[in-house]
Amino acid sequence: MSDGTLYDKVWDRHKVTELPTGQDQLFVGLHLIHEVTSPQAFGMLRERDREVAFPERTHATVDHIVPTGNRDRPYADDAAENMMAELEENVRESGIEFSDPDSGNQGIVHVIGPEQGLTQPGMTIVCGDSHTSTHGAFGALAFGIGTSQIRDVLATGCVAMEKQKVRKIEVTGELGEGVTAKDVILTIIRRLGTDGGVGYVYEYAGEAIEDLGMEGRMSICNMSIEGGARAGYVNPDETTYEWLRETDAFADDPEKFAELKPYWESIASDDDAAYDDVVTIDGSAIEPVVTWGTTPGQGIGITEEIPHPDDLPEDKRDTARRAQEHMRVEPGDTMEGYDIDVAFLGSCTNARLKDLREAAAFVKGREVDEDVRAMVVPGSQRVQEAAEAEGLDEVFREAGFDWRDPGCSMCLGMNDDQLQGDEASASSSNRNFVGRQGSKDGRTVLMSPIMVAAAAVTGAVTDVREMKEVTVA
Amino acid sequence: MSGSDAEIDHDGFADGEAPAERVTEVSGTGIPVRGNDIDTDQIIPARFMKVVTFDGLGQFAFFDQRFDDEDEEKDHPFNEEQYRGANVLVVNANFGCGSSREHAPQALMRWGIDAIVGESFAEIFAGNCLALGIPTVTADADAIEALQDFVEENPDAEIDLDVEGETVTYDGETIDADVSEAQRKALVEGVWDTTALMGANRDAVKATARSLPYVPDEHIPADDDAAGAAGDD
Repeated sequence: MSDGTLYDKVWDRHKVTELPTGQDQLFVGLHLIHEVTSPQAFGMLRERDREVAFPERTHATVDHIVPTGNRDRPYADDAAENMMAELEENVRESGIEFSDPDSGNQGIVHVIGPEQGLTQPGMTIVCGDSHTSTHGAFGALAFGIGTSQIRDVLATGCVAMEKQKVRKIEVTGELGEGVTAKDVILTIIRRLGTDGGVGYVYEYAGEAIEDLGMEGRMSICNMSIEGGARAGYVNPDETTYEWLRETDAFADDPEKFAELKPYWESIASDDDAAYDDVVTIDGSAIEPVVTWGTTPGQGIGITEEIPHPDDLPEDKRDTARRAQEHMRVEPGDTMEGYDIDVAFLGSCTNARLKDLREAAAFVKGREVDEDVRAMVVPGSQRVQEAAEAEGLDEVFREAGFDWRDPGCSMCLGMNDDQLQGDEASASSSNRNFVGRQGSKDGRTVLMSPIMVAAAAVTGAVTDVREMKEVTVA
Repeated sequence: MSGSDAEIDHDGFADGEAPAERVTEVSGTGIPVRGNDIDTDQIIPARFMKVVTFDGLGQFAFFDQRFDDEDEEKDHPFNEEQYRGANVLVVNANFGCGSSREHAPQALMRWGIDAIVGESFAEIFAGNCLALGIPTVTADADAIEALQDFVEENPDAEIDLDVEGETVTYDGETIDADVSEAQRKALVEGVWDTTALMGANRDAVKATARSLPYVPDEHIPADDDAAGAAGDD
């Protein structure tokens, strides 16, 4: 059993009591809500004649259905307009702060929390969204919940949970040129499996993780759930504190920062903490990773061959066969040269300023392949504004990318941004499930933002490292 | 149909509202859906989530596996006449992975599923099922495959799930199954309505909130505040 880890400490600080079910009742420090999974919960609340218990610990945004093109109200899509109107009414009635498009703070829920300083170390954070694990990058205990649990949190400020085991994943060494946090997490999922993390919380540690900025740490924690782990975290350090110091929460309030810092430091895992499992991965051996299949665990290095299903463990063969048929790939081939129709640079995994900067640096002076539809969807209005201030929008536009407004967009295709027919996409998002990007015949290849940029330019999956020297001023 | 002693009629619930009742056993006929890593995008595609209630989601369960572009039926157990009325879903490993959408178990429940037996379940999915009073029972891979084979050959045969005793009985035999401790307690003792359960601990919640350095006092409701006052429902 784990002891002395951040997970143990944050759990203990937030435990209210043990419930008759044997689960613990945990206080929720921050409840983030969005338009898709919360309306039913507010409905349940009304049926029970209850009010939101901690409105000031709750924050809303709109991301899943929001259009990324024409955002004039009412939205062209009636269903989207209804969901937005319902959310507006719910937050107004309950006195919940709403980062709506008019505020200039709107964006993907897992981008706006960290950028506004809502997300802090040592908090428990929940949201009706499985990628809530993102916030663990700050040393928070953050996980996705279902709508009935959203009702619980709205009504009581708490969730009922069973404590899980802790697996430390140590990524040693230095990442190579052209290798990013995305490649690290895709490697971890491939190694441990899409269900390897079930029953575990992942603590990411080691030199390669410590060297990452907050954006990279967020990309890694974001995809914990794709490895089956409901939550993942990185212990807070100076990198974390530097980010926090600049946020709305502390920029004008250094005293509050100084007051909370001892708490943040106190909840980091002890040097002699006990873990239920420890896994070590050589970070220096990781190359850019792309997926060949229809689960995030079906990834390979860009120079590696697509595995033959018969060479995989027995329980993986069937899924691999179906995936290869859907993706139209052959065992023994590499993914390099796989034709793509769409390049999507966005999502809660990879649409922060750093991601856009790196992709733009690659794109500058190059052109999107004439057969590729390429789009950039910034993670938030603030990311969009900052990128525009640096002229990144112009770089992308000149290259032939569509520069859009923030939202989840083509990560899950709940607005108009969708694959058509059997289009193949190079995507910086997190899920390559069949149908995920809006077309059931669509094919998704997951990769890092710079790899998406390279694929957009060549029209096929490409090893970005091979193209470095071509960069034009 | 459901032989659960609580006579649970999921279709009759108000939207998402489920009474906390004892679910000690579920009986009925089975329906197998084969494959590992069946994600919640497959169980209910995102385009059907542009709704503000869960009503009517049952018809969209496994929609893209069941219908082609022309809305013609494809081969899928959820389309087959022989499984109409089935209420015990039998699945393989890591069922319900991916998105946290409660729309997935809601769609299955509204289609008619009262319990799921599988090799393993994704955590958020299993938690969502519990919130709806749907047991997620596990057994080893061979046992699951045998059960799926049996159900395919005997779609009218009864399967009895004993949540309390952690067994599955079919074809005159009883096999061992697992139900997580918390789930078993919650279902068997009828304490899976966590809102009511946790709402009763209001004072302790406020004390915990007060003990956290990052929660300002003004964020904690006053003792006479109406918020959460209905802790007795």
